[in-house]
Amino acid sequence: MGIEHHLGNSFMATSISQVVGWARKYSLWPLPFATACCSIEFMSVMTSDFDIARFGAERPSFSPRQADLMLVLGTITYKMAPVMWKAYQTMAEPKWVICVGACACTGGMFDTYAVLQGIDRVIPVDMYVPGCPPRPEMILDALVKLQEKISKESINDPKYKDRVEYLNKALNPDRSAIES
Amino acid sequence: MRGLRPEQNAELMENIKKKFSNDILHMEENRGMVVIQAKKENFLTLMKSLKDDKPFMFDTLMDLTAVDYSGVKDIRFEVIYMLFSSKTLSRIRLKLSIAEKENAPSVINIWKGANWPEREVFDLMGIRFDGHPLMERLIMPDGYIGHPLRKDFPIKGLGEDYLIESILMPVKNEVNLKKEGSK
Repeated sequence: MGIEHHLGNSFMATSISQVVGWARKYSLWPLPFATACCSIEFMSVMTSDFDIARFGAERPSFSPRQADLMLVLGTITYKMAPVMWKAYQTMAEPKWVICVGACACTGGMFDTYAVLQGIDRVIPVDMYVPGCPPRPEMILDALVKLQEKISKESINDPKYKDRVEYLNKALNPDRSAIES
Repeated sequence: MRGLRPEQNAELMENIKKKFSNDILHMEENRGMVVIQAKKENFLTLMKSLKDDKPFMFDTLMDLTAVDYSGVKDIRFEVIYMLFSSKTLSRIRLKLSIAEKENAPSVINIWKGANWPEREVFDLMGIRFDGHPLMERLIMPDGYIGHPLRKDFPIKGLGEDYLIESILMPVKNEVNLKKEGSK
């Protein structure tokens, strides 16, 4: 049929979203947002024993501008929440978040006056890893599941547009009023 | 403790009794350490001579903290000073009772290291220190309401979302707005 009939197995026909998704999922640059003991587990994930490099995410980007996967590792307090929010908003699209550990997911055992009860109240989360702290295998499992999710995403996903709109509103609260 | 002679605490108590009998309310030895309940009058003079004068020489402020005795003691708060002398290697603990809405004297002119501990006590307990150059919060966020280590502060907080109101997720905000509208 068509061009494939003439040229044989020398190429593949696919959609642009699939190609981009395939490229994105094997080139994640994680930003370790390490605030507590879960980050020790992440250090172990990076070492040769568990080796996150096998999944193409071996380059920890300590600057959020170059990162596209945020790993929130540990307790987020109300004082830390604006910092985490800013780091997330500084990352360029497309971006994903893995929330590691009970504290980051729900506040965990710190149901107190100072701890944010789940980072999903402030930033959108793609994968939750339970555990206190989780085993390194669980973080790798979350990464593999996130890769599946990324490979199925469309490059025209409306969430990107929503996020940009939200950021514009958050940074310029009166902007919408001026425009309308 | 290294270098501490067994009779050292007794000597210390003797010396303090001799010199400051008017400035202290009560003195005892508790778990190998001399504990003094100090009077608020002349407190700074007492601290100054504990630091500088010959037999004491308590040159290090090891710790400065506070306890809320609400419902236990008549006077609500106690500020606690832990002193250490690097000359004689002895230690001493001073307690100063502070009523609610009363200010404590700052020892920052005697030990510079009292700066942050006093701010921490103000932050978590709400005791203000007279003479401190910057009586602001140290640990909790700047806009925080209340002093969380007071016994009457709810353990799960007052609902601290006001601190991060501007960055809460829009979806959650819409849900909250709907809830408020239905009420």
